[in-house]
Amino acid sequence: MSGALIVARYALREAVRRRVILVVMFLTVGFLALYALGCVVTFDQVSAIEAEGPLDDRVLAGSTLLGLSMFTILFLGAVLAVFLTLGAVRGDAERGLLQPLVVRPVGRTSLLLGRFAGAAAVCALYVALVYCAAVLITGIAGDWWPDEAVSPGLGLVVGVVVIAAISLLGSIFLSATANGIAVFMLFGAGLAAGLLGQIGDALAVDTLQDVATVSSWLLPFEALYQTGLHGLTADTSGITGVIVELGPFGGAQEAGFGLWVWTAAYLALVGAGARLGFSRRDL
Amino acid sequence: MPAALRCESLAKRYGVTTALGGVDLEVAPGELLGLLGPNGAGKSTLTKIACGLVRASAGRAEVEGAPAGSAQARAAIGYLAELFRFPDWLTADELLTLHQELAGSEGGAPERGELLDLVGLGDASGTKVAAMSKGMQQRLGIAQALVGSPRLLMLDEPTSALDPVGRRVVRDLLRELRDRGIAVVLSSHLLSEVELVCDRVAILVGGRIVAQGTPAQLARPRGVEVETDDGVRSFPDAEREEVPGIVAELVSAGTKVYGVRLLASTLEDAYLEAVGAA
Repeated sequence: MSGALIVARYALREAVRRRVILVVMFLTVGFLALYALGCVVTFDQVSAIEAEGPLDDRVLAGSTLLGLSMFTILFLGAVLAVFLTLGAVRGDAERGLLQPLVVRPVGRTSLLLGRFAGAAAVCALYVALVYCAAVLITGIAGDWWPDEAVSPGLGLVVGVVVIAAISLLGSIFLSATANGIAVFMLFGAGLAAGLLGQIGDALAVDTLQDVATVSSWLLPFEALYQTGLHGLTADTSGITGVIVELGPFGGAQEAGFGLWVWTAAYLALVGAGARLGFSRRDL
Repeated sequence: MPAALRCESLAKRYGVTTALGGVDLEVAPGELLGLLGPNGAGKSTLTKIACGLVRASAGRAEVEGAPAGSAQARAAIGYLAELFRFPDWLTADELLTLHQELAGSEGGAPERGELLDLVGLGDASGTKVAAMSKGMQQRLGIAQALVGSPRLLMLDEPTSALDPVGRRVVRDLLRELRDRGIAVVLSSHLLSEVELVCDRVAILVGGRIVAQGTPAQLARPRGVEVETDDGVRSFPDAEREEVPGIVAELVSAGTKVYGVRLLASTLEDAYLEAVGAA
């Protein structure tokens, strides 16, 4: 078995046995229960209104609810990604956990790759499962299904993998606490920039749109999330489409295929930076 | 056969602080070298450079002829850090399994069992690290360092958390390793321990080796004591060759001689002298 695979398996086992998993699972069950309750109540109200006219209340309610769930899933996925990686290098080195592993012949690159693969696998699986659960809850409760079901989930999964990569890179240079704070601040900054972009789109303010664009390049998880949101109502048009666009989870822009290419390049760049930083780090 | 460890003009600086200031050192295969020195002398830095954990600022370190830090060098080394921790959710057996995989060892369960027996943890293979005392963890650390049959063992304060029985176990283990041809670099503050087991000692002060040799070479004559009917009489400047003359003189003077003792400095004396002079 290659060194990276051995370390990835070790990281997977470590992730499963850490308390943060229990906390995230507890929060997830609570979130999904509340989400299911919210969906049932909301769609009951939508059925009771029985509105006539061009506005499709069910699409509006479904897309808004699922958009809300995507925001929460991204947040929970980010929490998991950060807590699994925030002390992977410097934090573990300061605690004396890393040195016995680094001395082994597997090499630092394999060690880093394994840690990333383990964390990314856990986060990706978690996000995919919770997203699927949210889609199913929305569909069963309201008989509404997103126009695109796969691409929004994929956007969330890759977005969280990007956050895990950023956090792993930060763990080489920063202490665990400082890295956790830094990554969550980046996460918040990315989301804020995305919201500014939505406002910029609605009001046609170029500066805000530019801020969002630059942020999307620097922090592609935000653009992936926005692309996912867009996919929920990609085929919805007319007055319903316009109203959805004006909602809190509307107005999202699809970045297109270029985003996926850039994300792959971004991960490669972060990986190269992490490899270089780790190779020069005294332990 | 190349030296187990060879350092040439090895230097390490952290900013303006010099941790190692040009160390030349060679450890032969199967040799047990004690590395002594006060805190901050550079013992851990030297050990870490040999293990590839720290990059040297200048000079060269080789393990069995391969540059320190290379995969070939790391494959030959077993290491126990001064400040180490193992994942507390792993059992002793799981930890050794992980290190077997990382080291590419095919020893399997027999190797794990042998190593745990060797450090007196034969009954603790299923015990989680979290449930182990510090001493047990230190012994597990030594077993971990021995995974994959290393030819050079770098031990940084391996007995600091052990009780006297545990220290004895480690001492016996080190002797056994030496008999098997494994070179050991033992970094320690416990001078008596080093004196008991090490073939050679290097004293490091301020990043430089200020003295090295066998414990006997480092020890100096401190005169002669003669037990007589008048009590113990000291001859602080006398050497071994002068003993017959001293005894003959005392006897001819009518003094009864019951015993003669040649005095030599201990490793502790040599160490304090070296540290004080540096």
